[in-house]
Amino acid sequence: MEDIATQAVEAAVAAGATYADARVMEIRTESMSARNGIVEALDREERAGVGVRALIGSSWGFFAVPDIGSTAARRAGEQATAVARASTLVAGADLRLAPETATTGHWESECLEDPWTVGLAEKGDLLEGVTRTMREHGADLAEAGHRIWDTRKWFVSSEGTAVDQHIIECGAALSATAVGENETQRRSYPGIRGQYGTRGWELVRELDLPNNAARIAEEARALLTADPCPSLDATDLILGSEQMALQIHESVGHATELDRILGWEAAFAGTSWLELPKLGSLRFGSELMNITADATLPGSLGSFGYDDEGTPAHPVDIVKDGIWVGALSGRDSAALAGIERSGGAVRADGFDRIPMVRMTNVGLLPGSDSLESMIAATDDGIFMDTNRSWSIDDKRLNFQFGCEMGWEIKGGKRGRLLKNPTYTAISPRFWGSLDMLGGPDEWTFWGTPNCGKGQPQQIGHTGHPAVPARFRGIRVGVRG
Amino acid sequence: MATVQATDTKTPLELADHVVDLVRSRTADAEVEVTVRQGTEALTRFATGFIHQNVASEVNHVLIRVALDGRNAATSIDGPADDDGLGRAIDNALEAARVRPADPDWPGLAAPVPAADVDHFDEATAAATPDERARRVRSFVDAAGGLETAGFCSTTTVQLAFANSAGQRLTGRGTAAEIDGIARTPTADGSSRRVSVALGDLDGRAVGERAAGKARTASDPTDLAPGRYEVVLEPDCVANILSFLLVYGFNGKAVEEGRSFARVGDTQFDRSITLRDDVTDPGTLGIPFDVEGTPKRPLDLVRDGVTTGLLHTRRTAKAAGVESTGHSVEGGAAWGALGANLILGAGDRSTDKLVAGVERGVLVTDFWYTRILDPRTQVVTGLTRNGVWLIEDGRIVRPVTNMRFTQSFVDALGPDAVRGISSERALVLAGWDSIYLVPSLHLGSWNFTGGAQG
Repeated sequence: MEDIATQAVEAAVAAGATYADARVMEIRTESMSARNGIVEALDREERAGVGVRALIGSSWGFFAVPDIGSTAARRAGEQATAVARASTLVAGADLRLAPETATTGHWESECLEDPWTVGLAEKGDLLEGVTRTMREHGADLAEAGHRIWDTRKWFVSSEGTAVDQHIIECGAALSATAVGENETQRRSYPGIRGQYGTRGWELVRELDLPNNAARIAEEARALLTADPCPSLDATDLILGSEQMALQIHESVGHATELDRILGWEAAFAGTSWLELPKLGSLRFGSELMNITADATLPGSLGSFGYDDEGTPAHPVDIVKDGIWVGALSGRDSAALAGIERSGGAVRADGFDRIPMVRMTNVGLLPGSDSLESMIAATDDGIFMDTNRSWSIDDKRLNFQFGCEMGWEIKGGKRGRLLKNPTYTAISPRFWGSLDMLGGPDEWTFWGTPNCGKGQPQQIGHTGHPAVPARFRGIRVGVRG
Repeated sequence: MATVQATDTKTPLELADHVVDLVRSRTADAEVEVTVRQGTEALTRFATGFIHQNVASEVNHVLIRVALDGRNAATSIDGPADDDGLGRAIDNALEAARVRPADPDWPGLAAPVPAADVDHFDEATAAATPDERARRVRSFVDAAGGLETAGFCSTTTVQLAFANSAGQRLTGRGTAAEIDGIARTPTADGSSRRVSVALGDLDGRAVGERAAGKARTASDPTDLAPGRYEVVLEPDCVANILSFLLVYGFNGKAVEEGRSFARVGDTQFDRSITLRDDVTDPGTLGIPFDVEGTPKRPLDLVRDGVTTGLLHTRRTAKAAGVESTGHSVEGGAAWGALGANLILGAGDRSTDKLVAGVERGVLVTDFWYTRILDPRTQVVTGLTRNGVWLIEDGRIVRPVTNMRFTQSFVDALGPDAVRGISSERALVLAGWDSIYLVPSLHLGSWNFTGGAQG
């Protein structure tokens, strides 16, 4: 397959590209979903093709073919250059690429139990069983599912890089919905979308869906009769690690994508409240806030060996002691921003999509407290966990997030259950109020398999190491 | 085993037939349905005044669903559709189906029924070049008069074929072209867009001028106190509202599961609201059948404020004891009936007249990042974007900063809540399976719960 990618690159360069790269990809996926004791859908997918990127002056041209033959690959290369040439009708300053040493190599994710060797009968029995259990324990609607992605890709660039990777990603989810008179309440496990990683079926076994199904269903039913989250202009807010993953993803990860900061996503995904001249000096949050983007973390969903520009994975500091110090970048955006080296954060969701800046594993480094110590230290507040809704403005500044469940905290103890908990804030004020962080024992690598970005839209897989955290003086309980 | 044949010379329908034959040659009593989608997708994207991404891809997608006595599985291929690849996929699907218990809700296959005579297709758009898209971008950028710009111009061509072992065979084709962009001043963005079946209908200059005009008049905005206000919502906001009503409301699966607000026969909307799904309307786009091979027919969802219809797949229709309406989409089993051409009835006045009818309210160009808090009550939170203005005594008095809202969408369109509907409508494309033809609306109350700065 490396030869096919090489031919595509050669064709692009021969047609006039000043730089070109190509990815040959073979992707197999499987998803199974069950509802109320019955497997409702079993979908398998195979995708194969070549995507070629060609640079002329200021613009990328990209062309993809659903074919992995030599003729098709060369045609894709030629067409990519032709598309780039059309871009010169609306040209800007020439793009440079941040330097990266040409490299060769192979990388594969660790997989202890190949998910393709687990029988469909066993997978189906698992999902049907847990949905039956949830129904027996009060769920009006019980759903469960698993997903597998098996990706092989070969990358070649005109600068001499030639790398290939084999990445297996896997995970599962379950949820229970209780239907009331004029509302629905939902509980999910382990998170709103489940849990996913660059791992094999062993991850699904570790989740232990059967021993959590009954509890989840009972919690969904209990929420129907719970008191609503009070509307308060300011209270102490403790977030569990699953909600913290969402908080990091939306308010830090996207805000620090360099293509957004440069305005390349202005019309769709939006820009960022962060301005490049303030990189290295802007206070993003309290001194407890340390965020890294690290694609080398084993097993996390945003892990890989090389990004889709062939840059080897490496950790990048994003926020250090509360100061904004880094961005998620690729070779072109880094060069334009004056950043010495690409952050290795450029990926595409298939052979037919152009690589763009995506989160890797953007996560919060742990502190020294724990969820229990935070609750004990809080006289009057609310604890929320498991994301239910998320909305944030196009500068990644103003957000309103909702959780599946909350608890009142009074006098250092967890009190009554609360439904429909929401909170809203402005990002730097929110992160500035961070005063307690969970410790290494609570550090969880949450996986987000559905991050949308780009036009045509691409779905990215990202990881978010997170711990529980406490924030002071936050507005909660916004209602319609 | 069927004879190996090169598939790159087949039409989409011939390929779909061929896959049906390949399945039946392996297991004669298998039920099988096949959708073949071929075409091209191209999108020219610009930002900070230049084309920074310019992409095109060819599509060759084969979706196969097999059922053995109600035990069913689906598989799809994107890539070479030769007999080796197809055979491997089919064997995969059959193996998966064999190990599953029979699905008691398996609805079986669509019977042979012709689809409506619909051809939302433009030959020139199907043959469009990157230069043609780039020229429209050039016009947009030039029309912005020096303001920073960003956006895209795209063309899509789809050739679709469906065949099943019950004898249903259908073909369809479609094109879509879109230009969508913003112009930016230091303090505000303004947006404009146009969608059509034909790239030739898209005037980059006109769209760019409108975006720039909006940006200039939206500049130097000041805050407006949160609270309830009348609103005039432009078509993109209205399409956004309808997308929630569709997925969480008129979707037969949501109704079956008790998660929907929709009650057929009840007056749930203002009497001025009439909403229908109609792929045959010449003003819309799309293909007149779904991935289960069910033809789409014009269907009233709301007539004079009364909920009159729901959308169904074959599975949700079986559960409800009705016929499918042709709204099954690939991979949509967990969601239910989607994929609509929603058309909201037009009113009798211009959008300017809607503004003139507002005592004190807000004019909104776009919504952004809308997310549902509870599907049953349709409470949604989101933000405004790309131009917001305060209206007093029928006149726009000043631009305001973006605001967050938390609002029940069904209540916003409820009885006596709609004060006016524009006569002009816009086509809004939210994906090939999600197309809206919608006017602007003047609504009596909208709950703004916070300013952009908190």
